[in-house]
Amino acid sequence: MTPEFGHYALVLALALALIQATVPLWGARTNDAALMSVAGSTALAQFVFVAASFAALTACYVASDFSVLNVFQNSHSAMPLVYKFTSVWGNHEGSMLLWVLILALFGALVALFGANLPASLKANVLAVQAWIACAFYLFILVTSNPFARLAHAPAEGRDLNPILQDIGLAVHPPLLYLGYVGFSISFSFSIAALIDGKIDAAWARWVRPWTLVAWMFLALGIAMGSYWAYYELGWGGWWFWDPVENASLMPWIAGTALLHSAVVMEKRNALKVWTILLAILTFSLSLLGTFLVRSGVLTSVHTFATDPSRGVFILGILVVFIGGGLALYAWRAPALKQGGIFAPISREGALVFNNLFLTAACATVFVGTLYPLALEALSGDKISVGAPFFNLTFGPLFVPLLIAIPFGPLLAWKRGDLLGAGQRLIAAVALGIVALAATLAIQRGGPVLAPFGIGLAVYVMVGALIDPVERTGLFRVPFATALARARGLPRSAWGTAVAHFAAGMLLFGVIAESQWNAERIVSMKPGDTVSVRGYDLTLDGLLPRPGPNYRELVARFTVRQGGAVVDVLEPSKRTFPQRQMSTTEAALLTRGASQLYLSLGEVGPDGAIAVRLYHKPMVLLIWLGAVVMVLGGALSLSDRRLRVGAPKPARKAALQPAE
Amino acid sequence: MRGLAKSLLVLALLATPAFAVEPEEILKNPALESRARALSQELRCMVCQNQSIDDSDAPLAKDLRVLVRERLTAGDSDSQVIDFLVARYGEFVLLKPRLSAHTLLLWLAPFAVLLIAAFGFIAARRRAASAASDRLTPDEEARINALLDKN
Repeated sequence: MTPEFGHYALVLALALALIQATVPLWGARTNDAALMSVAGSTALAQFVFVAASFAALTACYVASDFSVLNVFQNSHSAMPLVYKFTSVWGNHEGSMLLWVLILALFGALVALFGANLPASLKANVLAVQAWIACAFYLFILVTSNPFARLAHAPAEGRDLNPILQDIGLAVHPPLLYLGYVGFSISFSFSIAALIDGKIDAAWARWVRPWTLVAWMFLALGIAMGSYWAYYELGWGGWWFWDPVENASLMPWIAGTALLHSAVVMEKRNALKVWTILLAILTFSLSLLGTFLVRSGVLTSVHTFATDPSRGVFILGILVVFIGGGLALYAWRAPALKQGGIFAPISREGALVFNNLFLTAACATVFVGTLYPLALEALSGDKISVGAPFFNLTFGPLFVPLLIAIPFGPLLAWKRGDLLGAGQRLIAAVALGIVALAATLAIQRGGPVLAPFGIGLAVYVMVGALIDPVERTGLFRVPFATALARARGLPRSAWGTAVAHFAAGMLLFGVIAESQWNAERIVSMKPGDTVSVRGYDLTLDGLLPRPGPNYRELVARFTVRQGGAVVDVLEPSKRTFPQRQMSTTEAALLTRGASQLYLSLGEVGPDGAIAVRLYHKPMVLLIWLGAVVMVLGGALSLSDRRLRVGAPKPARKAALQPAE
Repeated sequence: MRGLAKSLLVLALLATPAFAVEPEEILKNPALESRARALSQELRCMVCQNQSIDDSDAPLAKDLRVLVRERLTAGDSDSQVIDFLVARYGEFVLLKPRLSAHTLLLWLAPFAVLLIAAFGFIAARRRAASAASDRLTPDEEARINALLDKN
């Protein structure tokens, strides 16, 4: 009964979405308040029904109802309870259900918190949101029904893919989807603005918090996924330039550009046309990511061609929304009025510079990800585009961007003083050079890239702090005064400084990990010792241990530093009989921001076990950098001007007709 | 496709957890071994999802790692090893495709986008600047003069 209830609730959600997609739009056309207000209530009701549908699937999983095909394929009665919850979205159908749940959630949030929006804008935004929802409800109901039943229920399920049996699955996909799908709001706002043909600084202020929220979640989702891959895959990599990763990175980069260009639009009423385009592109990239991951096109163009039902459906959604969005843009954007002019050297100019390089970086990832697919489809030639390509193209594009970061906040709007800003950055430049020299001296003949990377990272971090330090007068006025001024600074200024500082942290971690990573690959018997960077690890013994739905071989290592015992590490290998698969569980020892990383290989015929040991200096800065960046976003989000909403200027000024 | 559709994320797409380079593969000569590792990171494990042979634990990746080490021990230069593998397996084996007619677009795209976007902004700024300038068009000037004359 439960699965049928869930299925039915989803159909009802589709019906509600159809109403929400049409009635409010008509209301906005005819200026009928009653019709427009339908949008809010249907958005809320839609969310309730999708949530009910999602709850029904969850209930099937928790009850291990193997008469449901989806549960049978992805669950096992002996699986720990937490994985029964997370395996709801650990498969294609369920993850699409999570996708629409989050889409409906955002729609409901706009309905709840969008009270300060003009009625017609709100109606249009929610209508566009509902078009997207309709497309994806249909996709699920037609091609990917999670509630399909089996005629004869098997006694036991096939278990969840063992790699997914990890707490990472509980956190990573929901965060990622909150980001991916969150950008649909920016998209809907843009389409609504194009339909209305009016757009102004207030629009940027309304759309900015939503973009910021999506951007934060996406950053967390990507970082979390990266850390999960790092500890789960057993060879210590944290970014692989895999198409699936690229699919989530592209909307994040475009979203970063969007956040910056929206600032220009909000403050100076300029870059409107570009901001709208970026908002459309950002969500288009989210859709593209969904297509890449969900269609199977990544495995091979040929699998896509042999089982095309899902792929073609999403491709259709892609064409309609991206094509439609861009066509509407091409038609309506020229009518939008351009505002605020500025000199090339100015805050606006710096933000345009940021947008240029982020766009190019995003395009690099886009082309690198899709080129092999396109080439194979068009000419049959097979090529690979992997990490070495991206390191060579994407990396250099970020260098000018990172150099420019500290300049941005120091330049005045309209017309800035580059030389003046450079002088104010002297401390940052000096400390960067000191860090460069120190690195050069310490590593004596180590990797060439490291000193420059570390120098740049220190420059970015110090440079990010210059603005708040100057504005609070720290080091010049008494500390209490500086503190009082610090409290008075707009939160968005703090957010900028913190997020830019985090970019430096991230770079520091990336450079340190990639350049100074130490590795030992050895075959060990109990009693053997392996050493790396002053740590001595002795293998005490191997012991089997039973788990709920797996068997585990644990290796116990004692870690010593200068003879003193520091810790005991227990990396393991798990075998999951149901799927005939095994996973390695790496053991990590964190010291400061650095980590020892230990994982196991195969046991040889002589009883020796292969062991992989890494020392990864400063590796945690990579993910801490991402977390601090999100904190910066949160600070910015708490800024008063976003919290209280846009001031309502006289009606005429707020709604410039586009003509 | 079936198995893949189930896997939600990168992790699963990156195939099963790997152990990659195994202890007995490692060459005694550290200089040769580090060259072998660097080369391995540029070569694709052709049966895997976007994994280098250095990262993959697939049997094919192991064979290729051993092959690379054999060639290096035999005295091949890095580029000779690469040429040998390309001759044997085609360009698909390279994770960084060579610059050629059919990869020209790939390599040029980042810079082309940067240039196009830059020109776009410059053009837009010009347009905005001229639209916002106070100067009147000759037409407007004539109309104002006409109005002034009337009065």
